[in-house]
Amino acid sequence: MAKNKKADSVNLVQRPIRKWAPLFILPTFAAFAIGFVWPFIQGIYLSFCNFNIPTDAKWVGLQNYAKVFKDAGFLNAFWNTAGFAVVSIILINVVAFFIAYALTQKMRGANLYRTVFFMPNLIGGVVLGYIWSMIFDGILKNYSTYLTAEPTYGFWGLVILVAWQQIGYMMIIYIAGLQAVPEDMLEAARIDGATGAQTLFRVIIPNVMPSITTCTFLTLTNSFKMFDQNMALTGGLPSVMENGAKINTTELLALNIYSTYNINKNYHGVAQAKAVIFFILVAVLAIAQQSATRSKEVQQ
Amino acid sequence: MKKKLNDYTPLSKILTVFFGALSLVWIIPIFEVINNSLKKNEFINLDPFALPSAESYVGFNNYLTGLTFGNYPFLKSASYSLLITVVSVVLILLFCSMSAWYIARVNSTISKVFYYLCLFSMIVPFQMVMFTLTFTADKLNLNTPYTIPIVYLGFGAGLAIFMFLGFVKGLPLEIEEAAAIDGCGPVRTFFNVVLPMLKPTLISVGILELMWVWNDYLLPYLVLDRTKYMTIPIHVQYLKGSYGTVDLGATMAVIMMSIIPIIIVYMFCQKHIIKGVAAGAVKG
Repeated sequence: MAKNKKADSVNLVQRPIRKWAPLFILPTFAAFAIGFVWPFIQGIYLSFCNFNIPTDAKWVGLQNYAKVFKDAGFLNAFWNTAGFAVVSIILINVVAFFIAYALTQKMRGANLYRTVFFMPNLIGGVVLGYIWSMIFDGILKNYSTYLTAEPTYGFWGLVILVAWQQIGYMMIIYIAGLQAVPEDMLEAARIDGATGAQTLFRVIIPNVMPSITTCTFLTLTNSFKMFDQNMALTGGLPSVMENGAKINTTELLALNIYSTYNINKNYHGVAQAKAVIFFILVAVLAIAQQSATRSKEVQQ
Repeated sequence: MKKKLNDYTPLSKILTVFFGALSLVWIIPIFEVINNSLKKNEFINLDPFALPSAESYVGFNNYLTGLTFGNYPFLKSASYSLLITVVSVVLILLFCSMSAWYIARVNSTISKVFYYLCLFSMIVPFQMVMFTLTFTADKLNLNTPYTIPIVYLGFGAGLAIFMFLGFVKGLPLEIEEAAAIDGCGPVRTFFNVVLPMLKPTLISVGILELMWVWNDYLLPYLVLDRTKYMTIPIHVQYLKGSYGTVDLGATMAVIMMSIIPIIIVYMFCQKHIIKGVAAGAVKG
């Protein structure tokens, strides 16, 4: 009986829509094919080629990939990115969680503070990089130095800038998670005489685990894909020469791929090979992180 | 819930003061932009944190310079930014909600393939496709502000369809059945019945896409024909390109002019923006 009913509704709703497929999915699918599917396939193919433009591509096998693994600048960018990701994931999530926790307590001005902390997310990365390079240079001037004088300045400068920007974003997600913690659970903890710390670690944190999953996922992928802020703040400077190769010391992976492409046309294939490695890295991390945190979530 | 004055404990008062101090960290950088946009160029390099003095204060001169500064009128970049953003967001909202409805209601191979491709596209970083996308866009004449929204529709489809699907799957099928029995075709059912129910998701997706397209730098930088078209982020980066030699005061004024409209929109749509971000986070 139930099965019949389902079949009826399928016929009633599904069949007429099917006829309208050209209207409903064709425009998006066509744009998706142009904007994603074709460039993706072509990108994989070209990573095995020497090319200036796609029509003059010559197959070279794994040569580009071999060059990537010998590229000191790429390895440097990889370690920069990994370090940057670890530091910013911890910093952003810990600070954002505690700001969210405090703002969901009874507190005057909570809405105003929420508004202020979120604001930087509305401003583009390039503009933010520009604003902060002015601020850092202004501060470092007092010590007779400047932002691109030392790699460490640029690294921590980027950490500060990105934390300043993303804390507000993650805070919003944590606030939504905290507000969804069931009130009766908190009350039960209170009645049982749980201390503030016990309530936080035993009741609240397990309940906001989905938000923690989301936020660590977002900060992880954001750090790996970081480009605008990196380019606008230091542009990879300062650069050093190592065994005859130029290394931009504060470059992250995304910027390294971009600048490799712009060296000259002999590097187009190498840059595309870097992009493929970068894609695999981001995809593996995203999937691994998802399954790792999901398994820690409360089963309800 | 009503909050009475005596609800506030001493601890909450300390928190209020602490957050007041902390929020200065968020306000000062923006304040410094305003501060420097009112100063003469030489004084900015001397000490960027000093307040304007009688000597250094130039009023709105920097803003006037900023409008025509760098051989490209700022308002031209701003109008291209606005055009690209509005058209892209409208295209994404319309076509992706239609596709999501189709995928949710029609159980076919095409639906499944499209759905998994969308999921897949969400973990692919832009760097993977950026070079080849540039070639394709050039070839198909998608390198103008009038046609680039098609590229945005293609690259933004993954997340948008995913978010719409989450909502459409929760809609009761009975309403659409009733519409079908009453003789409503799929097109009318979608526009008159489904789309109005999608309103909250339309706002959330719209806000996320708006923030993305308006602030996007690399995609328009690579795809657009830069000799003719710039957007605001490209314009700002173009000024920074000659850092040190350019008029810093005017650049700060340009930055300020690019921030002001965003702050105004934020003040009016704050609730929707914050809700949109919280809703978009579900995708994790």
